[in-house]
Amino acid sequence: MTIASATQLICFLVLASTLVLGSIGVVLLPNIVYSAFLLGGVFLSVAGLYLLLNASFVAAAQVLVYVGAVNVLILFAIMLVNKKEDLSAIPGLAVRKILSGLVCAGLFALLVRVAFTTPWALPGPVPVGEEATIRIGEHLFSDYLLPFELASVLLLMAMIGAIVLARRDVFSTDVITGEPADQGLIEKSRTPLLLEKPALEKTP
Amino acid sequence: MSLSLPFAGDTVPLQAYLVLAAVLFCVGVWGLINSRNAVRVLMSIELMLNAVNLNLMAFSNFLDGQLIRGQVFAIFVITVAAAEAAVGLAILLSLYRNRETVDMERFNLLRW
Repeated sequence: MTIASATQLICFLVLASTLVLGSIGVVLLPNIVYSAFLLGGVFLSVAGLYLLLNASFVAAAQVLVYVGAVNVLILFAIMLVNKKEDLSAIPGLAVRKILSGLVCAGLFALLVRVAFTTPWALPGPVPVGEEATIRIGEHLFSDYLLPFELASVLLLMAMIGAIVLARRDVFSTDVITGEPADQGLIEKSRTPLLLEKPALEKTP
Repeated sequence: MSLSLPFAGDTVPLQAYLVLAAVLFCVGVWGLINSRNAVRVLMSIELMLNAVNLNLMAFSNFLDGQLIRGQVFAIFVITVAAAEAAVGLAILLSLYRNRETVDMERFNLLRW
């Protein structure tokens, strides 16, 4: 075993243990803020595994999109809904956990069996290595051009949909005085643009 | 049934990545079923999407080394996952404003 392959093996083992322990922590930790930070660690170790798999571009995309955007979004959502509430007990919760654990163990056994009994066509073609970014660019602008453009439309739809779903009700007029509200009123102490809906029902 | 054991090469075999992705996926499924907090449900979905991405990348490297179509697929999955996270968290915020809770057991308005 050469030094390079030994380094690769050690990196794989470290990243795999980080990944497994982190994912279990994401699911099991009682404090959800710790879960969110561990999720960032899981995303980073997945990016490291991508580097081991000769995919530097996708590893960079993983770090940018998942760690930089999705994880930060989840942290902001936790901040916005972070109310301490004691969840009411549910009968049969332990039974449900055990049953779902059995189902997941069965699924895991099935997946491992498939992974070890399928005759993979190994060894496959030689990986392109550092030319992967060039190949991805060629794919995205030739045979995957339509999905690429559809992905941009999907992102636009998701952005507009998220704004529409998450905003509060905004009225163009002040519902108490009836005068048209302009943006300057936001700067004052009373904010007419962010009134709740029940106040609207008083007016005929 | 003949076991195709990992070939005795120097590198990390394909099966190791597949088993790792299976572990990640099963942990994600268990968390998806058992989480009471809605934010944790979204985190579990992200774990499952990452497991699928890891599978795609492993297949792309080991079986499709020249035309790396698995990496292109992984990029599209990352895009869709980002859109899903944004819309999912917006729905979560809207739910929280309406029901004043993030407990999944109390989101039962449409339950038979």
